[in-house]
Amino acid sequence: MLSVIFILWLREVKKYLRSRTQIIASLGSPIMYLGVLGFGLGPIFRKAGEGSYLQFMAPGVVGMTILFTSMFSGIALLWDRQFGFLKETLVAPVPRLWIMIGRTLGGATVAILQGLLIFVACFIAGFRPLSVVVIPLALLFMALIAVVFAALGTVIGSSLKDMQGFQLVMNFLVMPIFFLSGALYPLTNLPRVLALLTRIDPLTYGVDGMRTVLTGVTHFGLTADAIVLVAVAITLLTVGAWRFSKIEI
Amino acid sequence: MIRVEKLVKRFGEVTAVDDISFEVQRGEIFAFLGPNGAGKTTTIKMLTTLLQPTSGSLELDGLDPTVNRDEVRKRFGVVFQDPSLDQDLTAWENMEIHGVLYGMPRKERRERAATLLQLFELYERRDALVKTFSGGMRRRLEIARGLLHTPKVLFLDEPTLGLDPQSRNQMWTHVKTLNDKDQVTVFLTTHYMDEADRVAHRIAVIDHGRIVAIGSSAELKEQTNTESLEGAFLALTGTSIRDESANAADSMRQIARMWRK
Repeated sequence: MLSVIFILWLREVKKYLRSRTQIIASLGSPIMYLGVLGFGLGPIFRKAGEGSYLQFMAPGVVGMTILFTSMFSGIALLWDRQFGFLKETLVAPVPRLWIMIGRTLGGATVAILQGLLIFVACFIAGFRPLSVVVIPLALLFMALIAVVFAALGTVIGSSLKDMQGFQLVMNFLVMPIFFLSGALYPLTNLPRVLALLTRIDPLTYGVDGMRTVLTGVTHFGLTADAIVLVAVAITLLTVGAWRFSKIEI
Repeated sequence: MIRVEKLVKRFGEVTAVDDISFEVQRGEIFAFLGPNGAGKTTTIKMLTTLLQPTSGSLELDGLDPTVNRDEVRKRFGVVFQDPSLDQDLTAWENMEIHGVLYGMPRKERRERAATLLQLFELYERRDALVKTFSGGMRRRLEIARGLLHTPKVLFLDEPTLGLDPQSRNQMWTHVKTLNDKDQVTVFLTTHYMDEADRVAHRIAVIDHGRIVAIGSSAELKEQTNTESLEGAFLALTGTSIRDESANAADSMRQIARMWRK
């Protein structure tokens, strides 16, 4: 069982490490957010008495990177089952659950690696965490975000019928998840509707968790963040496993 | 080796496979010949545990694919109509993953992978990424991979689609050799008459989900009073062109073709 999960995990990681151009290309938009918004909005943020905007948004940009990478790896399932390797795994004498776990963990790992790269970029740009000690804890939150969205990607990838749905998901799900997560703005004193929406967005808790750990500024508190993320992860993994088991080719 | 009785598969209103029965003997090369949308792929999907039949019974090596799923899966290898290799991995890595998925011990897995890659003339290129392979090489690799776990039955769903005559020829030579040597039962679908004529021991002509004739190439010709298998095929299935409405898989195939160029 472990060898099956391991080799499917390894497959995802290997593919990632081999695709240099893809790694560089996917660093583009987070670095743009970091550079343009980080430095562009910095002065206003400071004037409002909130301190360094770069310091504030860096965890958000790392969260965004993980969100995009892990969601994408899950949705890639759709393509994979028609033209790729997925069919090969579906006729193999192994339970679909293992396949789903191997794939999801692989996708999550890739997302964490990508998030770490952005973390380093943030550091170079001038972001400073409280201390080195907190980094492992931040990694834990990165992992939670990655698992949550890799699982959500699996749910969607197993449920969609063709590529047309893909754009829909990107515009009406992934982008809102990012913009409603409090990655770019503080969650205090928001209009009521927006406050409500940010609260049902799982990424909000991920970003808040990372921000708490790395900078000491918190909104919900560390425990609440962790509990929500773990609960959402378990739910989505269960739904993902169920949807995955229903894939018909 | 394979027994199908009164098999029916409906997708909503459409009946893709309509009450078919046939048997395939051990060591036989059996071809499903039929126009587009005749139900060839649907039948393969049911035999390979990917689809549940609406009614009827299936048997592969004495086991029911709808019940003893994993046991049946160990007994067949399959090459699908659409590619199922991982293009970003090497030929060797594709073989490795297959071996692990089928629970083969490391030593046996590596030895057999090397033997098969040599047989299919891919051993020298084993460490090259699959995306650098030609269409013919990819097909050969898929067949080699399908044979890695020593299956008793090999399913080939339109394996020569899009290959040039040289690659087609070479591929069938390999398949025939394997069938002779290891007594692997081969179940193939195609709409190239000449291929069925050349490699298959017996042919079932299928149309609109029904088997309209079954027998050796000579028998089919005799039955329809025609000179060639193509003549027999047209006599059996008519000359009208099948205009299927495009489904989700077709539209994805179109996108895939666009990307490959």
